[in-house]
Amino acid sequence: MKADETLDCVGLYCPMPIVHTARKMKELKTGQVLEILSDDEGIKEDMPNWCKATGNECLVIQEEKGVYRAFVKKSG
Amino acid sequence: MADKEKMTIIVFSGEMDKALAAFNLAIGGATSGMEVTMFFTFWGLNVIKKNEGGIESKGIMRKMLNFMNRGGAKRLPLSKFHMLGMGDWMMKKLMKDVNFPHVEELMAVAKEFGVKFVACTTSMGIMGISKDAFIPEVDSFAGVATYLADAKESKINLFV
Repeated sequence: MKADETLDCVGLYCPMPIVHTARKMKELKTGQVLEILSDDEGIKEDMPNWCKATGNECLVIQEEKGVYRAFVKKSG
Repeated sequence: MADKEKMTIIVFSGEMDKALAAFNLAIGGATSGMEVTMFFTFWGLNVIKKNEGGIESKGIMRKMLNFMNRGGAKRLPLSKFHMLGMGDWMMKKLMKDVNFPHVEELMAVAKEFGVKFVACTTSMGIMGISKDAFIPEVDSFAGVATYLADAKESKINLFV
Protein backbone atom coordinates (compact mmCIF):
# COMPACT_ATOMS: atom_id res chain seq x y z
CA MET A 1 0.00 0.00 0.00
CA LYS A 2 1.22 3.48 -0.85
CA ALA A 3 1.09 6.31 1.65
CA ASP A 4 1.47 10.05 1.18
CA GLU A 5 3.41 10.39 4.41
CA THR A 6 5.03 8.06 6.93
CA LEU A 7 5.26 8.52 10.67
CA ASP A 8 7.82 6.50 12.61
CA CYS A 9 6.56 5.83 16.12
CA VAL A 10 8.74 2.79 16.81
CA GLY A 11 9.83 2.81 20.43
CA LEU A 12 6.91 4.92 21.62
CA TYR A 13 4.07 3.82 23.85
CA CYS A 14 0.46 4.85 24.15
CA PRO A 15 -0.65 7.62 23.94
CA MET A 16 2.29 8.96 21.92
CA PRO A 17 1.64 7.17 18.58
CA ILE A 18 -1.91 8.53 18.70
CA VAL A 19 -0.63 12.01 19.62
CA HIS A 20 1.78 12.03 16.67
CA THR A 21 -0.92 10.69 14.37
CA ALA A 22 -3.39 13.36 15.50
CA ARG A 23 -0.78 16.09 14.91
CA LYS A 24 0.13 14.78 11.47
CA MET A 25 -3.46 14.34 10.35
CA LYS A 26 -4.01 18.06 10.84
CA GLU A 27 -1.42 18.71 8.12
CA LEU A 28 -2.81 16.21 5.61
CA LYS A 29 -5.54 16.87 3.07
CA THR A 30 -8.73 14.85 2.88
CA GLY A 31 -8.14 11.61 1.00
CA GLN A 32 -4.42 11.46 1.75
CA VAL A 33 -3.04 8.35 3.43
CA LEU A 34 -0.73 8.33 6.46
CA GLU A 35 1.38 5.32 7.30
CA ILE A 36 2.17 4.88 10.99
CA LEU A 37 4.93 2.54 12.14
CA SER A 38 4.71 1.29 15.70
CA ASP A 39 6.04 -1.58 17.78
CA ASP A 40 3.47 -1.07 20.54
CA GLU A 41 1.06 -3.95 20.08
CA GLY A 42 -1.75 -1.80 21.46
CA ILE A 43 -1.77 0.06 18.17
CA LYS A 44 -3.64 -2.88 16.55
CA GLU A 45 -6.72 -2.02 18.60
CA ASP A 46 -6.04 1.65 19.24
CA MET A 47 -5.67 2.89 15.69
CA PRO A 48 -9.02 1.50 14.42
CA ASN A 49 -10.74 2.87 17.53
CA TRP A 50 -9.09 6.27 17.19
CA CYS A 51 -10.16 6.37 13.54
CA LYS A 52 -13.71 5.46 14.51
CA ALA A 53 -13.78 8.28 17.06
CA THR A 54 -12.34 10.86 14.70
CA GLY A 55 -14.12 9.81 11.50
CA ASN A 56 -10.97 8.78 9.68
CA GLU A 57 -10.56 5.48 7.91
CA CYS A 58 -8.16 2.78 9.10
CA LEU A 59 -7.46 0.98 5.82
CA VAL A 60 -5.25 -1.85 6.99
CA ILE A 61 -2.73 -2.79 9.66
CA GLN A 62 0.14 -5.03 8.60
CA GLU A 63 2.61 -6.72 10.92
CA GLU A 64 6.17 -7.58 10.14
CA LYS A 65 8.76 -8.72 12.68
CA GLY A 66 7.05 -7.00 15.59
CA VAL A 67 6.48 -3.71 13.76
CA TYR A 68 2.96 -2.70 12.85
CA ARG A 69 2.20 -0.56 9.82
CA ALA A 70 -1.15 1.16 10.03
CA PHE A 71 -2.54 2.97 7.00
CA VAL A 72 -4.99 5.71 7.81
CA LYS A 73 -6.92 7.72 5.27
CA LYS A 74 -7.94 11.24 6.20
CA SER A 75 -11.69 11.60 5.78
CA GLY A 76 -14.20 14.37 6.16
CA MET B 1 -20.66 19.65 12.88
CA ALA B 2 -22.53 18.87 16.07
CA ASP B 3 -21.22 19.95 19.46
CA LYS B 4 -18.10 18.16 20.53
CA GLU B 5 -18.44 15.23 22.88
CA LYS B 6 -17.25 15.99 26.37
CA MET B 7 -15.19 14.26 29.01
CA THR B 8 -14.24 15.22 32.56
CA ILE B 9 -11.57 13.89 34.87
CA ILE B 10 -11.35 14.70 38.57
CA VAL B 11 -7.73 14.53 39.65
CA PHE B 12 -7.90 14.04 43.40
CA SER B 13 -4.51 12.34 43.78
CA GLY B 14 -1.13 14.00 43.81
CA GLU B 15 0.97 11.03 42.78
CA MET B 16 3.04 10.61 39.66
CA ASP B 17 1.55 7.31 38.51
CA LYS B 18 -2.01 8.53 38.95
CA ALA B 19 -1.24 11.83 37.23
CA LEU B 20 0.24 9.91 34.31
CA ALA B 21 -2.94 7.86 34.00
CA ALA B 22 -5.11 10.97 34.19
CA PHE B 23 -3.15 12.83 31.51
CA ASN B 24 -2.99 9.75 29.31
CA LEU B 25 -6.79 9.52 29.42
CA ALA B 26 -7.21 13.25 28.86
CA ILE B 27 -4.91 13.15 25.85
CA GLY B 28 -6.74 10.12 24.46
CA GLY B 29 -10.01 12.01 24.67
CA ALA B 30 -8.65 15.27 23.31
CA THR B 31 -6.86 13.66 20.36
CA SER B 32 -10.10 11.84 19.56
CA GLY B 33 -11.86 15.16 19.20
CA MET B 34 -13.44 15.39 22.65
CA GLU B 35 -13.56 18.50 24.80
CA VAL B 36 -11.76 17.46 27.96
CA THR B 37 -11.76 19.22 31.33
CA MET B 38 -9.57 18.16 34.23
CA PHE B 39 -10.62 19.26 37.72
CA PHE B 40 -7.73 19.27 40.15
CA THR B 41 -8.77 19.00 43.77
CA PHE B 42 -7.19 18.23 47.14
CA TRP B 43 -3.86 16.39 46.68
CA GLY B 44 -4.41 16.70 42.95
CA LEU B 45 -3.60 20.41 43.24
CA ASN B 46 0.03 19.32 43.64
CA VAL B 47 0.06 18.30 39.98
CA ILE B 48 -0.56 21.85 38.77
CA LYS B 49 1.58 23.73 41.28
CA LYS B 50 4.62 25.61 39.97
CA ASN B 51 7.85 23.69 40.37
CA GLU B 52 9.82 26.78 41.38
CA GLY B 53 9.59 29.04 44.37
CA GLY B 54 7.88 28.59 47.71
CA ILE B 55 4.18 28.34 48.46
CA GLU B 56 3.04 31.41 50.37
CA SER B 57 0.40 30.84 53.04
CA LYS B 58 -0.76 32.23 56.32
CA GLY B 59 -0.61 30.61 59.75
CA ILE B 60 1.83 28.07 61.12
CA MET B 61 -0.25 24.97 60.27
CA ARG B 62 -0.79 25.96 56.65
CA LYS B 63 2.82 26.98 56.31
CA MET B 64 3.85 23.56 57.60
CA LEU B 65 1.40 21.77 55.35
CA ASN B 66 2.61 23.61 52.27
CA PHE B 67 6.21 23.00 53.22
CA MET B 68 5.67 19.25 53.58
CA ASN B 69 3.20 19.04 50.71
CA ARG B 70 5.16 21.22 48.27
CA GLY B 71 3.93 19.61 45.05
CA GLY B 72 4.83 20.52 41.48
CA ALA B 73 4.76 18.12 38.53
CA LYS B 74 8.48 17.38 38.96
CA ARG B 75 8.11 16.34 42.59
CA LEU B 76 5.18 13.93 42.53
CA PRO B 77 5.90 10.67 44.39
CA LEU B 78 4.77 7.22 43.31
CA SER B 79 1.67 5.84 45.04
CA LYS B 80 3.53 2.57 45.60
CA PHE B 81 7.23 1.80 46.07
CA HIS B 82 8.07 5.40 46.82
CA MET B 83 10.92 4.15 49.06
CA LEU B 84 12.05 7.63 50.16
CA GLY B 85 12.31 8.71 46.55
CA MET B 86 14.28 5.76 45.23
CA GLY B 87 11.21 4.22 43.64
CA ASP B 88 10.41 7.51 41.90
CA TRP B 89 13.91 7.73 40.53
CA MET B 90 13.73 4.14 39.27
CA MET B 91 10.34 4.63 37.66
CA LYS B 92 11.53 7.81 35.92
CA LYS B 93 14.54 5.88 34.65
CA LEU B 94 12.37 3.02 33.37
CA MET B 95 10.10 5.50 31.63
CA LYS B 96 13.05 7.29 30.07
CA ASP B 97 14.44 3.97 28.82
CA VAL B 98 11.32 3.44 26.72
CA ASN B 99 10.94 7.13 25.76
CA PHE B 100 7.82 7.54 27.85
CA PRO B 101 7.17 11.21 28.64
CA HIS B 102 6.98 12.47 32.20
CA VAL B 103 4.06 14.21 33.79
CA GLU B 104 5.20 17.65 32.64
CA GLU B 105 5.55 16.56 29.02
CA LEU B 106 2.15 14.85 29.01
CA MET B 107 0.69 17.98 30.56
CA ALA B 108 2.08 20.02 27.66
CA VAL B 109 0.59 17.58 25.13
CA ALA B 110 -2.78 17.80 26.90
CA LYS B 111 -2.63 21.59 26.61
CA GLU B 112 -1.64 21.39 22.95
CA PHE B 113 -4.88 19.50 22.27
CA GLY B 114 -6.96 21.96 24.27
CA VAL B 115 -7.53 20.14 27.57
CA LYS B 116 -8.87 22.60 30.16
CA PHE B 117 -7.42 22.71 33.68
CA VAL B 118 -9.64 23.81 36.57
CA ALA B 119 -8.38 24.19 40.13
CA CYS B 120 -10.75 23.63 43.07
CA THR B 121 -11.09 26.77 45.17
CA THR B 122 -12.35 24.93 48.25
CA SER B 123 -9.20 22.85 48.52
CA MET B 124 -7.17 25.99 47.91
CA GLY B 125 -8.98 27.69 50.78
CA ILE B 126 -8.54 24.81 53.21
CA MET B 127 -4.88 24.39 52.45
CA GLY B 128 -4.22 28.11 52.15
CA ILE B 129 -2.88 28.03 48.60
CA SER B 130 -3.24 31.16 46.45
CA LYS B 131 -3.64 31.36 42.69
CA ASP B 132 0.01 32.41 42.38
CA ALA B 133 1.08 28.93 43.43
CA PHE B 134 -0.22 27.42 40.19
CA ILE B 135 1.18 27.12 36.70
CA PRO B 136 -0.21 29.62 34.15
CA GLU B 137 -1.80 26.74 32.19
CA VAL B 138 -4.64 26.61 34.73
CA ASP B 139 -7.69 27.99 32.89
CA SER B 140 -9.99 28.67 35.79
CA PHE B 141 -10.68 28.37 39.51
CA ALA B 142 -14.05 26.96 40.47
CA GLY B 143 -16.11 24.60 42.60
CA VAL B 144 -18.51 21.70 42.53
CA ALA B 145 -21.29 23.42 40.56
CA THR B 146 -18.93 24.07 37.70
CA TYR B 147 -17.71 20.49 37.74
CA LEU B 148 -21.26 19.12 37.78
CA ALA B 149 -22.39 21.40 34.97
CA ASP B 150 -19.59 19.97 32.85
CA ALA B 151 -20.04 16.40 34.04
CA LYS B 152 -23.76 16.42 33.22
CA GLU B 153 -22.98 17.13 29.60
CA SER B 154 -20.15 14.62 29.44
CA LYS B 155 -20.22 11.04 28.27
CA ILE B 156 -17.15 10.11 30.24
CA ASN B 157 -16.50 11.23 33.83
CA LEU B 158 -13.55 9.80 35.69
CA PHE B 159 -12.10 10.14 39.17
CA VAL B 160 -8.40 9.54 39.62
